[in-house]
Amino acid sequence: MKADTTAERPAGEPLLTVESARVGYQTDGRFQTAVQDVSFDIYPGENIMLLGPSGCGKSTLLKTIAGFIEPSGGTVRISGRTDLAPGPDRAVVFQEFDQLFPWHTVEGNLTYPLRVNGSSRQEAKRLAGEYLELMGLVHAAGRYPHQLSGGMKQRVAIARAMALRPLMLLMDEPFGALDAQTRSRLQRELKDVAARNDVTILFVTHSIQEAVFVGHRVVVLTPPPSTVREVVDVSGLDDPTSPEFVAALRRLRSLLTEDGEEPDDMAFE
Amino acid sequence: MSEAMTKTVGAAEPVGPGRPRGRRRTWGDLPVVPRRLIILAVILVAWQAYVSFSGVNQLLVSGPVDVAKTMAEGIADGDLLRSTATTLQILFGGMAAGMLIAAVLTTLASWTRLGEDILVLLTSMLNPLPSIAVLPLAILWFGMNSTSLMFVIANSVIWPIAINVSNGFRTVNPTIMAVGRNIGLSGVRIVKDVLIPAALPNIIAGLKTGWAFGWRTIIAAELVFGVAGGKGGLGFFINDARTFMRTSEVFAGLVTIAVIGIALELVFTWIERRTVVRWGTKTG
Repeated sequence: MKADTTAERPAGEPLLTVESARVGYQTDGRFQTAVQDVSFDIYPGENIMLLGPSGCGKSTLLKTIAGFIEPSGGTVRISGRTDLAPGPDRAVVFQEFDQLFPWHTVEGNLTYPLRVNGSSRQEAKRLAGEYLELMGLVHAAGRYPHQLSGGMKQRVAIARAMALRPLMLLMDEPFGALDAQTRSRLQRELKDVAARNDVTILFVTHSIQEAVFVGHRVVVLTPPPSTVREVVDVSGLDDPTSPEFVAALRRLRSLLTEDGEEPDDMAFE
Repeated sequence: MSEAMTKTVGAAEPVGPGRPRGRRRTWGDLPVVPRRLIILAVILVAWQAYVSFSGVNQLLVSGPVDVAKTMAEGIADGDLLRSTATTLQILFGGMAAGMLIAAVLTTLASWTRLGEDILVLLTSMLNPLPSIAVLPLAILWFGMNSTSLMFVIANSVIWPIAINVSNGFRTVNPTIMAVGRNIGLSGVRIVKDVLIPAALPNIIAGLKTGWAFGWRTIIAAELVFGVAGGKGGLGFFINDARTFMRTSEVFAGLVTIAVIGIALELVFTWIERRTVVRWGTKTG
């Protein structure tokens, strides 16, 4: 296991521990291993990026942690628990724009999950207002999702997930379907909001630039059946033009291209 | 990165009329209600003019003025109203039974693979069958009464409703269901709060088709009953009028049927406006 060769572990107890996780799925009656043997930890307040070539099982891994897929080996432990039914303690933000409930307004999309989880009407409304404010959505509170742009929809999805005050946010390429400008604006917003509110994030991406900019540590996966190639520390890299930032891009790029896979990342060109 | 490329994917287009500056106003710029009313008025005038001036046998064709008079009389003496009420009563009874059975079939189809196979097979066999074709069988089983009619109507509405609704359930976006589970929903709650609203476009489409089928079927069945000497609703009313050459009553019956059909459409439009249109999920 050569994980964590370059990254320093933060102090304290990890929030999430993934240990020798093995995940696969059934296709045409055959068992396909997507994730062979992956281990990493996430500490409170960290933004951990899962980076890898397409098809390397990073989304599969995230869905396993979310509780949608049963691992076929290894353990996933979240603050001591190993029962992994889907739940709001690991709020997921998906890539698809239609993850919002089209029959609720923007505000309703935030209040409804809060109500499901036991908030009173006033409490839900107050929290929804707070997180709408945080994501710059107050003006859109009364609109329906189909009246929003893609970027706005993803903002609402992030606000909805954060309003549940989960142990951690699981983000499955949340900006993958956005245009470049909106994408970089949302990366900046997410980074700010997460830092100010001490949010723990596991973020799946195939963009090197995104991994370096948003992340504290980047878990680089190999092609499937995947293992951890390396964990790279990218904390404190905020300026995409700084030499350190560019060096981190180079490093991740070389880790990915060792597999002969060209990363799909225009921002780097 | 060019500026032109930055339009956000999936952005909602601004709504509202966008008439290019300087273009002349045309028919299409009028709101829909006046457009329809104008056309309706033109048709009525042309119809009346044809009846009044073409010399057509007025025993065979009635003009709109006569028809309106007959309808007013029919409403005043209660004949037309009674027939309409009878028809609607049977229709609602048959629809209710059909919707109930469709709900049971859909539930079974959504729960088990076997249920789904049974529903698909039954639908593919019975849906193409013109629903009026089972009337002789119904008469054989239940006699010349409203039970027969309800049976025929129920049969005509079950299949379009069941197939649409179960299709709707099957094609619900998996992401939205995953979100439902992620926020802690399961069991009845996820069905009620996520699955049904997500499938509502298909549910409404199924009900719409079901009502349209049911409405056509009951009139046809009543006409057959009328020919066979039964008593009853609008179909009978029309057939009875035909027997005694009361042509304007035949027209009055037809207009009533059309008006009720339109009213049912309007009810569905109203429901859609408050749900799937507002949510932007209406299909087709």
